[in-house]
Amino acid sequence: MWMIRAVLPGVWLLCLLLGLAPTAQAQQQTGQGQALLESLDAPSYDAKAEAIEAIIVSGDERSRRWLDELLGGKLQRHKDTGRFVIVLENRSRNWPVIDALTFEDAGEMSRRDLDRIGINNALRGQLQSALAVLDLYTDDVDDRRDAARELLGSVDAPMVEPLREVIASEDDAEVRRLLEQALAIHRLEQGEIEAIADLEGSLNSRVRSALNSATRSDDPLVADAASAALADIEQRLRINSGLETLYFGLSLGSVLVLAAIGLAITFGVMGVINMAHGELIMLGAYTTWAMQQLLPGQPGLALVLSIPAGFLVAALAGVAIERSVIQFLKGRPLETLLATFGVSLILQQLVRTVISPQNRTVVSPEWMSGSLMINEGLSLTLNRLFVLGFALVVFACLMLVMRRTRLGLEVRAVTQNRAMARSMGIRATRVDIMTFALGSGVAGLAGVALSQLTNVGPNLGQNYIIDSFMVVVFGGVGNLWGTLVAGLSLGVINQVLEPWAGAVLAKIIVLVFIILFIQKRPRGLFPQKGRAAEG
Amino acid sequence: MIPSNPYRTPRWLAASLLSAAVATPALAQEDPIKVGILHSLSGTMAISETVLKDTVEMLIEQQNAEGGLLGRELEAVVVDPASDWPLFAEKARELLAQEEVDVIFGNWTSVSRKSVLPVVEELNGLLFYPVQYEGEESSENVFYTGAAPNQQAIPAVNYLMNDVGVERWVLAGTDYVYPRTTNKILDAYLKSHGVADEDIMINYTPFGHSDWQNIVSEIKDFGSQGKKTAVVSTINGDANVPFYRELGNQGLDAADIPVVAFSVGEQELTGIDTGPLVGHLAAWNYFMSVDTDVNYDFIDAWIEYTGDEMAVTNDPMEAHYIGFNMWAEAVRKAGTTDVDAVKDAIIGVSVPNLTGGYAAMMPNHHITKPVLIGEIQDNGQFSIVWETPSTVAGDAWSDYLEGSRDLISDWRKPMECGNYNVVEGSCGGSEAETE
Repeated sequence: MWMIRAVLPGVWLLCLLLGLAPTAQAQQQTGQGQALLESLDAPSYDAKAEAIEAIIVSGDERSRRWLDELLGGKLQRHKDTGRFVIVLENRSRNWPVIDALTFEDAGEMSRRDLDRIGINNALRGQLQSALAVLDLYTDDVDDRRDAARELLGSVDAPMVEPLREVIASEDDAEVRRLLEQALAIHRLEQGEIEAIADLEGSLNSRVRSALNSATRSDDPLVADAASAALADIEQRLRINSGLETLYFGLSLGSVLVLAAIGLAITFGVMGVINMAHGELIMLGAYTTWAMQQLLPGQPGLALVLSIPAGFLVAALAGVAIERSVIQFLKGRPLETLLATFGVSLILQQLVRTVISPQNRTVVSPEWMSGSLMINEGLSLTLNRLFVLGFALVVFACLMLVMRRTRLGLEVRAVTQNRAMARSMGIRATRVDIMTFALGSGVAGLAGVALSQLTNVGPNLGQNYIIDSFMVVVFGGVGNLWGTLVAGLSLGVINQVLEPWAGAVLAKIIVLVFIILFIQKRPRGLFPQKGRAAEG
Repeated sequence: MIPSNPYRTPRWLAASLLSAAVATPALAQEDPIKVGILHSLSGTMAISETVLKDTVEMLIEQQNAEGGLLGRELEAVVVDPASDWPLFAEKARELLAQEEVDVIFGNWTSVSRKSVLPVVEELNGLLFYPVQYEGEESSENVFYTGAAPNQQAIPAVNYLMNDVGVERWVLAGTDYVYPRTTNKILDAYLKSHGVADEDIMINYTPFGHSDWQNIVSEIKDFGSQGKKTAVVSTINGDANVPFYRELGNQGLDAADIPVVAFSVGEQELTGIDTGPLVGHLAAWNYFMSVDTDVNYDFIDAWIEYTGDEMAVTNDPMEAHYIGFNMWAEAVRKAGTTDVDAVKDAIIGVSVPNLTGGYAAMMPNHHITKPVLIGEIQDNGQFSIVWETPSTVAGDAWSDYLEGSRDLISDWRKPMECGNYNVVEGSCGGSEAETE
């Protein structure tokens, strides 16, 4: 902490300099750059902290870039020549670099010859606060808000006056409020009891952290006031955490629904026990990875294209499995189970041999990273929000297909009474293939979505196969609505139990619950009615 | 921490004299020396273990290019125990009884090692185990080239406590023997350093756990109590990717709540977009980013061997590198591959490690290692922020656990005991119960 405090007065000086006469300053300092960077290449982190301060105070117009690159670990030095460079890309053995003083292209250098200017978490905090202060002057409101949030808990005496000036000239109310709170935390640290009033009601975790520290204050008045403010905050947080748990549950549930909904068609509607269902999910995830390899630098586009591609790949694989194995085992569930289990092992090992036993990196596009802030204490992670939406869309589409299209009609006819349907002129074999392709394709879609949440590796499918069967059986075999309700409710139950039972026990409790439920109602939540159910 | 102190000359001399006398005439010079490799090439653990198989094969190839050992060729015998713990024992038996290998390099999980242990002891084999583990074990036939808890967990916690100023601790792990034992040791260690009960949160999750929303949110909450908080993670393998993703998405910044991991290395990070994770920590005895010539040579050889420009190296690979060279050195010293002779000769052997120092085999069959703390970078590598001033000798029996702190292990004559109780003055047998 002391280092952050030490550096901030300098930051303000820099801001003043930049505001007054940046160009004049830069002129004389071209030769100084090397010396500044030189001092940064010190063995101890304390010396580096001082060097960072010196760079900020220097007012050199390149300092912003230097600090950014230092923060990213891209500022490096050639071992022999001592030249400072900025690494543009550091993934293989030879790295493209630019000169750190002129920012001009400097060709490629071997990673063997380069020394990184290392930083640790303390320095990173220092750099982030320094950059946050600079960001208070940018035009983008969101950047200013982030910067102000970053300053919560890291304000020190010399900053107070300049911050007041910033507040006075700031248009955005949110930035003003955050900066006021940042100042209030500082005042609270000085033991000012009035500061607590400014912090009341804030759900920000750093504010809570400051108040928590204050409850251990020597001054009993401050400690009591802080406790009271905290109690109020905790009260508000309770509502938040209830909503949060619900969101967690729905999100977990949506994953379960996605994984199970394909199975609800192949197992539920067709009655085929397909143990290779998980591997069809895996194929969808690998399709996403392959797409991203084909379209480097455009993870978002690749992900969107993966949706049809993943569906197609998994559907084709499903057809191949149906034609080569399952069609010969009609009406023999035990053999089907064993044969498809074999297929699943073959597919897993195939991926291991052909691609790699290692996990593959699937990058999340920018618009799916981070979280959507509802309020200071509640934010929804974006990738899970997308998956939740995607699951609902997939479900709606499937319902449409089953209820409103000719294929859906034929599928229902064939599954209810195969002989009758055939005598009505429906080609049962073709319907079988189409249904299985549909179920498999949906599994592929699940894989595309899961690639954003978990490992893309050969074991991906295995982790979901048991859960999928559980959801389908719990929801009632042959009923898509049942799968949706079962998946979402199991997700919520699991997440409600987890905080007090722990992840392991929560899973066990859910399993026991399902076993008891199936004992009582063997046909699940929504049993099929009528004669079809007897067949 | 004990500085490296190889037990040198007298043992070497005695051992080599002894083995030279016993072994020379019986050798059939033309037969290759068989090196068994017992790593899963299929199943869950294939993700971590296949590279270790490749590493040993590469080392054998290099050794053969230098003329083999004792004038004989080395030959790899590879079996696949398929991540199936009982199958590990069967395959070990196959290697020792049918193939009659001279040494085995293998295993990853502790449970697989426990399964192999009785077989290796019964058939008097040699096993080099390359992975960090929970300690509380010392076998006459096993050489532990990975880290014991005092070579990884304890120094990492010290770093967080002294250099980062952490006061509140989350111990999160996968629910099996390694995290449970490690967390037990850490819990005892933290409490002995004055950390209160309410400042420690322990959390276990099943293998392959993929839904971390609740736990990450709990950690966030635990960390907003006005004291510096850190997470010590013994989360294993696959579960790490969704864990780190959730950390990134919920905005848990390394500057606020750093996570230090004991099972996450370069290999595991290849499956993650590390952008949001910059600054989180890992403790190992080797990082691919170590800046020494011997390391760069190793990496170049590995890239050449795999033909993959992006191939990464990791800590267990270095452990095999050290273990293989130690075994080769011991065979040279003993002049034979006879198990008993090599077992005696290897104690005190010291070979270069990849971090620019030396690793020595201690009498308790553990080795000396430096401890490094690294921060995750955006390219999936670690930048080293702290290291022990000298190497640390592996401790088979933790000093922080009741019942274990009185035990020592010394496989030199005349003691030859893996769990000698210094209070009772007796040896408890080679397979002591740990719990």
